[in-house]
Amino acid sequence: MAQQYLALEFIDKSFERGGSRTEVLSQVSLGVAKGDFISIIGHSGCGKSTLLNIIAGLTPATSGVVFLEGQTVEAPGPDRAVVFQNHSLLPWLTVYENVALAVGKVFRGRKSRAEQHDWILHNLDLVQMVHASDKRPGEISGGMKQRVGIARALAMEPKVLLLDEPFGALDALTRAHLQDAVMEIHARLGNTMIMITHDVDEAVLLSDRIVMMTNGPAARIGEVLDVPIARPRNRIELAGDRTYLKCREAVLKFLYERHRFVEAAE
Amino acid sequence: MSVAKLNQVSATSPVRSGTPARILAFMPRRPSQGMVAEAGRILRGVITDLLPPLITTLVLLAIWEVLCSSPTAPLPPPSRVLVDSWQIIVDPFYRGQGTDQGMFWQILASLQRVAVGYTLAAIAGIALGVLLGQSQWAMRGLDPIFQVLRTVPPLAWLPLSLAAFQDGAPSAIFVIFITAIWPVIINTAAGVRNIPQDYRNVARVLRLGGLEYFARIMLPAAAPYIFTGLRIGVGLSWLAIVAAEMLIGGVGIGFFIWDAWNSSLISDIIVALVYVGVVGFFLDRLIALAGRLVTRGTATA
Repeated sequence: MAQQYLALEFIDKSFERGGSRTEVLSQVSLGVAKGDFISIIGHSGCGKSTLLNIIAGLTPATSGVVFLEGQTVEAPGPDRAVVFQNHSLLPWLTVYENVALAVGKVFRGRKSRAEQHDWILHNLDLVQMVHASDKRPGEISGGMKQRVGIARALAMEPKVLLLDEPFGALDALTRAHLQDAVMEIHARLGNTMIMITHDVDEAVLLSDRIVMMTNGPAARIGEVLDVPIARPRNRIELAGDRTYLKCREAVLKFLYERHRFVEAAE
Repeated sequence: MSVAKLNQVSATSPVRSGTPARILAFMPRRPSQGMVAEAGRILRGVITDLLPPLITTLVLLAIWEVLCSSPTAPLPPPSRVLVDSWQIIVDPFYRGQGTDQGMFWQILASLQRVAVGYTLAAIAGIALGVLLGQSQWAMRGLDPIFQVLRTVPPLAWLPLSLAAFQDGAPSAIFVIFITAIWPVIINTAAGVRNIPQDYRNVARVLRLGGLEYFARIMLPAAAPYIFTGLRIGVGLSWLAIVAAEMLIGGVGIGFFIWDAWNSSLISDIIVALVYVGVVGFFLDRLIALAGRLVTRGTATA
């Protein structure tokens, strides 16, 4: 495989419990170019979150290697910041302090106090949350919490931003707002982003490429779909766009015709 | 969430933790209404807050008065308590020779012992609790021992500590320590074990070191549990000090009660009991208040 910005090579993952062995991921290989927006889509339980955790270093792979800029990934670190599914803000810290915890840790010795302060506000501004700086997570809505979670991750200046179903718990309108916010941030900063989702429209709207996972156990990458739609993308204009509809259809066909989820009714 | 936990834990503890009705806090405040209405509301709040306990206290005193009014009654009625013990009621700051001190000084001496023993128990208890919560091995190794030791009654430790320390003062402090430490250990361990995986993941992504993790994640996340343990512990230590002082002697509310019993001053004992109860109540409130201040954020998670 050619030298990629982020490369997953032959990732296997199995869990062992009480002598029985469950294979979750099998021979997953993927290359991601710098600045790419990749979505990983699949049915529940296909191991897509496990895959993200392996990239993050939170879960060790059973075999296979993750390379980031040629270096192997062994442990979690701020160069692979994670936006967690349920925001994971620390409830005893204010919005500002939550971001400050990350900034203080990552930029210790590299930025002065004043620079850190500016950087925190800059990142809160990116997600339009400066106004709630002094609020605690318990005092703001779910969508706002997720915005702060994104700000905290962005503030680490990660090489790769990992988003684990970031909008899954939000209502449709809030989700659309946040998708737009993420697209805007991606356009402005050019981050490499990998997002787990089970929302077909979200995947097509946001991604350069969509990685489709087969059903578990022993899930693998079934297909990788290029989304050749120019940016900036506008959800209303795209609603009738032929390329958009074709991509959408391709993902739907993959998920519901070829890899129907039959094991359990959700 | 943490409130439910608190109730659940304290239900199994010997410390009573009835929360008084706080009507005022729940009343909507409309700025459009005038000062008079505001004052009226506060007054109503005070009345609804204070009137019921006042009435029940008076009723109970009346029953007591009636029951003990006969001249052959073994215990004095409240009116006799007032007369007999007027001296110690009106002059709590009296200073005499040896153990002949006013109630304030007696209570202060006991509180000092509790403060030392309880502080040691809090520090050691949190440290051991963190160890138990973090390490499976420590949990398996120490938890059974702690579960057995914590059921030993406080006074059963006293002869042993007298033998070890050869002196009354450190023995009393040790009894406080050994009484208060168990709920702190057990609750801290539970709190640390229950730190959500999400917070641990955040710490791992940020690569927080041991001390940073302890201060920034573990302590705040476990704080509601820790304070539940501290609150149970302070109640237990106040229970223990009175008993320990009875045996050890010197200035202190426990020995005061014992001394009064030996001198057949039943009224003095009753006054002392009121003091013990009120102080214990305020100790419990104090820790509860500290816990509320510290865990403000976590409670709204």
